[in-house]
Amino acid sequence: MNISLPHAFAVWRRNAAMYRRTWMLNILPNFFEPVLYLAAMGIGVGNYIAQMGGTSYVAFLAPGLICVAAMNGASFEVTYNIYVRMNFEKAYDAMLTTPIEPQDVLAGEVMWAVTRSCIYGGSFFIVVTLFGLAPLPSALAALPVIPLAGLLFAAIGMSFTLRLTNIDLFSFYFTLFLTPLFLFSDIFFPLKERLSGIWLWVAEVLPLLHPVRIARLAFRGELSPIVLWDVTYLLGVSALLLAWASRTVRRRLTN
Amino acid sequence: MIVRVRCVSKHFGDRMAVNGLDLDVPAGSCFGLLGPNGAGKTTTLRMIYGVTRPTAGTISVFGLDIARQARAVRARLGVTLQQNVLIEALSPIENLRVFGRYHLLREPELSRRIDELIDFLELRSHAHLPVRALSGGFQRRLAIGLSLMNRPELLILDEPTTGLDPAVRLALWSRVRDLRAGGTTVLLTTHYMDEAQRLCDRVAIMSSGKIIGEGAPAELITSHLAAEAVELDCAPDEEAALFDGVALPPRRVRIGRRLMLYLDDATKLAEHIRHRDAGNRRTLVVRPTNLEDVFLALTGTGLEGGEA
Repeated sequence: MNISLPHAFAVWRRNAAMYRRTWMLNILPNFFEPVLYLAAMGIGVGNYIAQMGGTSYVAFLAPGLICVAAMNGASFEVTYNIYVRMNFEKAYDAMLTTPIEPQDVLAGEVMWAVTRSCIYGGSFFIVVTLFGLAPLPSALAALPVIPLAGLLFAAIGMSFTLRLTNIDLFSFYFTLFLTPLFLFSDIFFPLKERLSGIWLWVAEVLPLLHPVRIARLAFRGELSPIVLWDVTYLLGVSALLLAWASRTVRRRLTN
Repeated sequence: MIVRVRCVSKHFGDRMAVNGLDLDVPAGSCFGLLGPNGAGKTTTLRMIYGVTRPTAGTISVFGLDIARQARAVRARLGVTLQQNVLIEALSPIENLRVFGRYHLLREPELSRRIDELIDFLELRSHAHLPVRALSGGFQRRLAIGLSLMNRPELLILDEPTTGLDPAVRLALWSRVRDLRAGGTTVLLTTHYMDEAQRLCDRVAIMSSGKIIGEGAPAELITSHLAAEAVELDCAPDEEAALFDGVALPPRRVRIGRRLMLYLDDATKLAEHIRHRDAGNRRTLVVRPTNLEDVFLALTGTGLEGGEA
């Protein structure tokens, strides 16, 4: 069965209708978080580090943290929130009494997760810009990375959630998968100055590395052919995982 | 026939949920699927609207094969699930709007339909409150409202009135009758026999995944049991003394201390029991046989004597 975009959009609008009800409450933390990060790093750690990667430490962190915000926005949506909709709210049981098919549910939820990543990452970008850490206009080239990172982590998280039968296992996903990515994806220190030889190649597997690299290049106003590889990774891995998820979602929602 | 189910079985691993089921729901009727918990009623409904795939057999709805044309079928039917699926933070109007979009309804039709249903289900006074502030009766009415957004030709109700107070049940029954009068075919499950008897033109009694009796409620009663029932409290060891010297009817059902006997004219038996029982004044009821008696007799709950 093929995806019907109008039906997928109806799924998206359900989430949007709920979000709109509480958007003030939801969006404020998205602004506080970057402010806290930049304050702690700028006032604290940043004062002990004169320079990193050719800029101040806070400016070095900014592009990476925008990608982390996009990653988190999408990840919470496709893990806890989808699990709750599926198993507690039974929202999908209701949708499947209408012409909506499991594939439409998947497409709508991924679209919504990407939307959340844009709200999250976009808020972070605004704060970073207000702090004068985003050199304009070149930093604007980092904006398309936000939905791409959102799509990738929506696809990864969705593949995990569709297999999961116990909500407690999400803590493994966050502490053993997302946290290490956060710490080792070129955000806090330049990987290529600390890793050598084969390890640099192994690091290319890390999904968060790719959006971070594109965002950092954009912030520096540079362009490199490696961006092609990063975009290919982002789109390719997303496509593969979503293709797998679209086969799994039918089995998960129907029987 | 609006729904045609042929030789349908469904296994979940080793468990046989539905076993060789045949079912026809005529257009414009109200059809009741009765049975104890776990009889396979919900599984049957899920197969009819296409979210559970039969292990064997075929199902057509509106003449369309549900296995191939689920989208087209579901565009023309409405389902009220056993458990209300409502967005608690949103109002009834917003819930109806979200659900209407699942059917791709657009403005101004969307708002017009919402308005009609708010009136039809008498939700006007609570139309703007968050759903979590509504009573169970209001929430159930709203859940039924959702399934009516697309003006369904077939309305499927899975235990529509379980857990509701008597006044709300009466109000819902009257809405279901209105819908039927407007030409909607209704297929419902229930384990309330009074609900089935009042609402349904035709009922099928399910047990262990099979249909064990089917027909119009009145037909089903006369074809299985005698016209009158005598119901009394009587322990098994009291029976000999109580019924000494009277011919006992062939059909009786016992549930714990409660004994029910079925016969065409209960007057003599009732007099006999009162006479024998002289001092004890045990409670004794003589009443017309109802669907509940048929259900108890057919599902074998505490059945004694006669064939099942």
